[in-house]
Amino acid sequence: MTDTLKLSYYCPGDDFDRAGEASAKVKKALQRLGVPPDVVRRVAIGTYEAELNVIIHAGGGTVAAEVSGESTLITVSDEGKGIPDIEAALQEGFSTAPEYARQMGFGAGMGLPNMMKCSDEFNIESTVGKGTVITMRFYHRSEDL
Amino acid sequence: MQVKELTEKLELTLVTPGLKAEELTAEIAGGYVSDLLSNVMGQARPGQVWVTMQGHQNVAAVAALIGLAAVIVAGGAKPAPDTLERAAANDVAVFTTPLSAFAAAGKLYALGLRD
Ligand SMILES: Nc1ncnc2c1ncn2[C@@H]1O[C@H](COP(=O)(O)OP(=O)(O)O)[C@@H](O)[C@H]1O
Ligand SMILES: [Mg+2]
Repeated sequence: MTDTLKLSYYCPGDDFDRAGEASAKVKKALQRLGVPPDVVRRVAIGTYEAELNVIIHAGGGTVAAEVSGESTLITVSDEGKGIPDIEAALQEGFSTAPEYARQMGFGAGMGLPNMMKCSDEFNIESTVGKGTVITMRFYHRSEDL
Repeated sequence: MQVKELTEKLELTLVTPGLKAEELTAEIAGGYVSDLLSNVMGQARPGQVWVTMQGHQNVAAVAALIGLAAVIVAGGAKPAPDTLERAAANDVAVFTTPLSAFAAAGKLYALGLRD
């Protein structure tokens, strides 16, 4: 595979019923392209967590994937309220999720830590009042790391 | 152990429309118990059985995304209709049981499933 495949999905805010649809589409595309299963799985985990965050915390956002032969780059961006203290947000257990989200089993403050753990490269940029952009890169072969 | 053997050994009802218990031949790799979805995403492994009290749609989404063998919704909780639709669309075997999560996990352990 020499070309880069680009996918992009909009995830509407507060729509828990559709949460996971973008991640599922990315997963299926990677499977079709023959990306190794353990990489597909890590991409699915990171993308789902980021997708949920834009749904719960940001009033919606966009999940984009760029798949080349070597790696998959996931970019999840929103124009939501932004994160005042990124250091704090990255800590396991930190969450500002509303009560209804917690009752559904979200809001354990493990999303950002999961994204960092499952991806090979992780970056977060956030400006209060402007929004948040998360990028995660996943290499398809360990020798490209 | 295959998923179908669970239905014979525990008080389970298969509730995913269109799936037949005798066709559930996937091998079970172990089990995981949690009601926190991110915890399951981060810690559960492919092929495990997931025991939870959550019955909403995202349970099916998570199980499909990380390739779990089956979901057991414990404590007599009833999965929502859209959960079952999503499970059917993704071939996720969802079971209900009157057993508590503790009792279900204990029985799975007694059947030889470990982590
Ligand atoms: N896209 C986002 N927009 C605004 N705030 C966010 C976003 N993503 C994460 N956060 C903030 O970071 C916290 C931690 O996120 P995370 O680790 O995913 O845990 P959780 O989603 O369970 O709260 C959130 O509670 C929220 O305050
Ligand atoms: Mg989160």
